[in-house]
Amino acid sequence: MASKKEDLPEFWKTYEASFEKKLPEGIAETVFVVLDTETTGFSLKNDRMLSIGALRLINGSIPAKDAFEVFLKQTTFDAKTVEIHGILKKGKVKRIEELEGLKILLKLLENNAVIVAHHVGFDVGMINQALVRHGMPKLLNKTLDTAVLFNRSLPRAKRKTDGHYSLDVLCEEFNIPKTDRHTALGDAYITAIAFLRIMDTLKPVSLEQLLKRDRFWEFWKSF
Amino acid sequence: MKNTISERIADFLKAFPPFSNLFKKELESLSEEVTIIYKEKNSFVFTVDESAHHQFYVVHKGAIALWDKDEKTVLDICDEGDIFGLRPLMANENYRLTAKSEEETILYAIPIEKFRPYIKENRRVADFLVESFASNTRNPYDKTNRGQLLGDAFQSNSKNNTPLFDLQLVDFSKKIVSSTEQTSIKSIADKMTSHGIGAMLIEKEGLPIGIITDKDLRNKIATGDYSITAKAKSIMSSPVITYPTKLTITQAQMAMMKSNISHLVLTEDGTVHSKAVGILSKHDIMLSLGNNPAVLVKAIKRTNKAEEIKPLRNGVMNLLRGYLEQNIPLTLTSKIISELNDACIKRVVELSLERMDSGPPVKFAWLAMGSQGRSEQLLHTDQDNALLFEDVPDSKFDKTRDYFLKLARFITMGLNTIGYEYCPADMMGSNPKWCNSLSGFKKMTSKWITNPGPDEVLLSSIFFDYNRTYGDKELVSKLSHHIFDTVEQYPIFLTHLASGALMNPSPSGFFREFLVEQDGVHKDFFDLKQRALMPLVDAARVLILSKNIPDISNTWERYEKMAELEPSNRELFLACSYATKALLRFRTKQGLANNDSGRYINLEQLTKEEKMKLKRTFKTIKQIQEVLNVRFMVSRIR
Repeated sequence: MASKKEDLPEFWKTYEASFEKKLPEGIAETVFVVLDTETTGFSLKNDRMLSIGALRLINGSIPAKDAFEVFLKQTTFDAKTVEIHGILKKGKVKRIEELEGLKILLKLLENNAVIVAHHVGFDVGMINQALVRHGMPKLLNKTLDTAVLFNRSLPRAKRKTDGHYSLDVLCEEFNIPKTDRHTALGDAYITAIAFLRIMDTLKPVSLEQLLKRDRFWEFWKSF
Repeated sequence: MKNTISERIADFLKAFPPFSNLFKKELESLSEEVTIIYKEKNSFVFTVDESAHHQFYVVHKGAIALWDKDEKTVLDICDEGDIFGLRPLMANENYRLTAKSEEETILYAIPIEKFRPYIKENRRVADFLVESFASNTRNPYDKTNRGQLLGDAFQSNSKNNTPLFDLQLVDFSKKIVSSTEQTSIKSIADKMTSHGIGAMLIEKEGLPIGIITDKDLRNKIATGDYSITAKAKSIMSSPVITYPTKLTITQAQMAMMKSNISHLVLTEDGTVHSKAVGILSKHDIMLSLGNNPAVLVKAIKRTNKAEEIKPLRNGVMNLLRGYLEQNIPLTLTSKIISELNDACIKRVVELSLERMDSGPPVKFAWLAMGSQGRSEQLLHTDQDNALLFEDVPDSKFDKTRDYFLKLARFITMGLNTIGYEYCPADMMGSNPKWCNSLSGFKKMTSKWITNPGPDEVLLSSIFFDYNRTYGDKELVSKLSHHIFDTVEQYPIFLTHLASGALMNPSPSGFFREFLVEQDGVHKDFFDLKQRALMPLVDAARVLILSKNIPDISNTWERYEKMAELEPSNRELFLACSYATKALLRFRTKQGLANNDSGRYINLEQLTKEEKMKLKRTFKTIKQIQEVLNVRFMVSRIR
């Protein structure tokens, strides 16, 4: 389905061009984008994103201005997930076209930002499916998975082999209030705080080391 | 686009001045400019002489310490809702203090350029800032801090000088003994002696016209100035100083001081033209004030019925209130109050024994359990007690137990009369389960120790803090030794007990958030007993049992003993001892203020200092729980 390079939308080209910028060495200089997607289900093929929430995290700081949450117009709809996410198909929130949402997201992901998400393989997979549907390649960013990193931060004896922890487990572990749980930006914020807490434990010396610790998401990619 | 993050920021800020003075829309747009900053423990926000950032800070969660130039002393600690780092921005100068996170902290950084317009336009915002800079406090609206310099903010805290007893009305003797002007002094003296009173009222036509006191007899008769056959009229003080009956203790004291007299005559309308209804002596005031434990103990010993002890217990409560207000060390306070409570219980036991048809068939002991056993019960609470009696041959067991059950019923009834509620779980000596012989108790405790399930652990945690309030010492010590010996043989019991101690929910969450109750009648209240006190109490019990130290049932004394036994952990144990005392004082004060058990705390009613103090104890709780977890290998059984 890959299109010719010249057919790609402008915003993709800008996004791609910005990756000439090398990844920084230090954690403090790295731009992280913590994101979460709310979807109609767990199938990468059949389900769709309902909303995307993302925030920028640099050196322990989260500017509120850069945080966003978009709700996407739907063509397919699964009634089961409505209960969890509370986003009705024709709810009152203002919704935008999927392509428009991807444009806003890619803007934030420019310049080699590192994506952080909880079970990142799933979120990135959903985004990639959407990109492909709109005739674009997959995301170029490096990714980190808070579920994997959390597993890593535990004493060896306590680690799980499948590395599967729900975000609720992290909320409980770090006593993070669940006020905005199951909204895309709320979950992204919870993920960001959990990520910072995990980094406190792991204390990686460089970004490279941190990325190495996170290889588990390959497993998720295989879905 | 929706922004949950800036919405949450606005939600938080609106509770604190000066942001509370902004309009909703203003606050919303300001919140969009905020940067959320995470600081791990001991990291700097800014340091002395650093040039001012373009933003100032509000603590969202956690705590920031402001240090002086040399980083030697903490001048202030900012916690939730406190602003710092604003003054240098306003004055265009470099930072004069160093700001460092005391613990993991989340800050909201607000760009000064976005905030400046509100300072200019909003009078109340400007006033707040001017006032807070001038008074050198973070929050001038916080009355307890008003006018204090940064450095003092900690030591002294809300000293309110409400006169303690101002609302308490005097309790006077209503049985008036009076004579007439014509009565001879000798017969007046006889009458005073036989009634055991220090003053005689002289009445004429039903109205008070004079008074004769012990002092008059000494100054006017014993000196030989008047003969004992003289008439009352010749030596009485007249007219009498009268007051109305609705007199507070303070007013009465003032009146006595003003006229330098020791007795006040109380009349129906407060003047000499109405009937006398009572006489108030200095001694009465002493008793009402209850400022003398010795007087109370004497009074308790003199009682003949449980009903008479009850008002004396009120005196004990007044005493307690006074001690707490005057900041008398809690160790001393609790000693005195426990002594007095013990004296009350002892008297109840003695009175109950008098009600029995015969003396006790064998030696016995009355045990207080739970908080009372630990001498940590300052407020009235439920009674938890047991009766332990000497072993008797099987043939006599039933009869002996029946005797003691009857006695225990008298005792628990008496205790109820004087203000101890019956134990809802029926852990009382009047229950056959808790009225047993030495071997009976030995058997029961052995069973708990060798088969520790959750119920057994719970029972042990209540029972093992027993303390003898009445009866045979030897008997109790035999039981203690049995328990300690058995525990030594079954050390796994300690693991179970430690596990039980770790069951209590944690007091604080991430960033020191108080964890409040999620539902029930006490929703959103903080359970001080279960979340803060019990973890310390339970941990102390496990530790002291593991060291085989009987006879110390009080929690802070247990920790002090532990500090002595383990010099390497001295600091932690002393911190635990301190934390227990601080929490108990806190609970007692809350209980007295709200007239309840002080268990559930409404966080909104606390001052910032009180919250800080509470939170500081949480750290200690966390540490001691970690010690327990590791030392007794709790994970083994989980």
